Amino acid sequence: MATSKVENGVNVDALLGAREALSKAPQAAKFQWRATCKWINGTHSRSTVEGFYGLGEEHKHKTEFSFDADHPEIFASEDKGATPVELVLAGLASCLTAGIASVAQLREIQLRSVSATLEGGMDIQGILGMDSEVRNGFEGIKVTYDIDADASPDDIKALVAQSQKRSAVYDIITNPTNVTVEVK
Amino acid sequence: MGSGRMATPATRSTTTVVIGAGHAGLAMSWWLAQRSIEHVLLERGEVANSWSSERWDSLRLLTPNWQSRLPGYGYEGEQPDAFRTMAQTVAFIQRYAELIAAPVKTHTKVTLVRRSGSGYEVATEQGNWRCRTLVLASGACNIAQVPALAQGLPSAISTLTAMQYRNADQLQSGGVLVVGASASGTQIAEEIQRSGRPVTLAVGEHVRVPRVYRGKDIQWWMDAAGVLDERYDEVDDIVRARNVPSLQLAGSPERRTLDLNALTRMGVKLIGRLAAIHEGKAQFSGSLRNQCALADLKMNRLLDTIDQWASENGLDDKVSAPQRFEPTAVEASPPLAIDLTRGEIKTIIWASGFRPDYSWLEVPVLDRKGRVRHDGGVVVDAPGMYLMGMPFLRRRKSSLIDGAGDDARDLSAHLASYLSHQGRDAVVSRAHSRGIPTSP
Repeated sequence: MATSKVENGVNVDALLGAREALSKAPQAAKFQWRATCKWINGTHSRSTVEGFYGLGEEHKHKTEFSFDADHPEIFASEDKGATPVELVLAGLASCLTAGIASVAQLREIQLRSVSATLEGGMDIQGILGMDSEVRNGFEGIKVTYDIDADASPDDIKALVAQSQKRSAVYDIITNPTNVTVEVK
Repeated sequence: MGSGRMATPATRSTTTVVIGAGHAGLAMSWWLAQRSIEHVLLERGEVANSWSSERWDSLRLLTPNWQSRLPGYGYEGEQPDAFRTMAQTVAFIQRYAELIAAPVKTHTKVTLVRRSGSGYEVATEQGNWRCRTLVLASGACNIAQVPALAQGLPSAISTLTAMQYRNADQLQSGGVLVVGASASGTQIAEEIQRSGRPVTLAVGEHVRVPRVYRGKDIQWWMDAAGVLDERYDEVDDIVRARNVPSLQLAGSPERRTLDLNALTRMGVKLIGRLAAIHEGKAQFSGSLRNQCALADLKMNRLLDTIDQWASENGLDDKVSAPQRFEPTAVEASPPLAIDLTRGEIKTIIWASGFRPDYSWLEVPVLDRKGRVRHDGGVVVDAPGMYLMGMPFLRRRKSSLIDGAGDDARDLSAHLASYLSHQGRDAVVSRAHSRGIPTSP
């Protein structure tokens, strides 16, 4: 988009170029994302991410990132980090928001501000094992976007809808995934 | 194959073999005849075979009568806006075959196609053909796609594909899960729900349109406004355009709109895309709301295009006023799972799409997804081979009967030019060291 005046900080040419290149070498599209986690004390743990695999080789983030997780004091914890379920909400929000910026760039829509509020309802009878009919996870997640952009309300809705369609975390949350947990 | 078959008919030669004598093959035949190119159409059954044997009983064409135009042939009846039954569709196509005296060999199933010299050899159950050019017109919908997860179904559940479904009397009483909400799935869901069997419809990506808009058929608008003539080399993302599901349309005598809201009003329950079957439970995606939002927004963009075209062409006071339809209603928390062992669902209908059958094609022209690699119907890896009748082959209307004529005109021109170049360059090799065995 050399002629585009729209600047959302997304390099669409690079993304489209990658898509074109990967269509000729679909094997390179296989990625593996990783995280490690260490228990610290109580319900407090620290996860780190650094290395990942993709485009046929190992990669590293520019720096290692770490995320503390804990539970609040009303759970008799020390509240040294976000709850894991809040990290899930954060992951969903970041994924959808990145998608909105990318789709907006592709559609030549200038964004001025994008903010999202996420709410995940949960009945903790599930995790406390009080009622087997109550699931552990969210009953539902509500995401509310507030977007200021050079576009009609319907075009903004279409951005948000398309971003859900292409979001990894949205897919992870809305569809089942096989999870294998082993002990060394 | 029968070892008792003694005589192998001699290999016959022609310039062009067209595989399939449906509307696409016949349109190509008309153009080949115009260009004086000798050809033959090889048809596994009768003319218009899929229409006569692979569709459910009540199906009508999704396009109005006036819109089924084939080269030198159109609708002259009294009901241009009505929709043909399958019997009428078959009669219409067979009449065309007779009218143009198409050289069709019926009951001649192709078993193998391979390269031979600078042309192709085509083995059939009725002997072999050799040709310089080949047209694949065997259809886009030969095989009903059933997702791999179907293997995990409890054995008590009966299943049918949209291709096997004929009418609701085939089904036991009790609940039915229809998987897929495009043209086939929505029509079948409606019919089964009306039969008294409660239907749950699993909805993934779909394309919502009203049957009638501002007093005219949606196909009339798309035709008039040039939407159907949009070319494959003009759209932003042709791969995407070729994979768009069929429009949610039905061809009822009342010209009813059959969208998800209409189905909901009838009592059909909407549920997310079928995502997995795990320990007897069917699990559904939580994406239903967004799938519906995408379809509503896409429909409104089409209606915007139509309204703009109508204004620009002075139609605003000749047709009724613009209108926008209710957004698709989705219940607050659609269920995410159904226990298939509880008896609530007795039957599953797979309306999850179709794909072509190329099991007989031994020329390496398929991509890793099993699709023929082609550039607007010109097969990329096989000089002299052409493809017809695929979604967005050359134009948005390529999948319609109405699209076959223009595509056949373009591709027959390319084919004729190929033949004239080939004729200049090469003496067509006559001796082939290896023929195709009749019993592969």
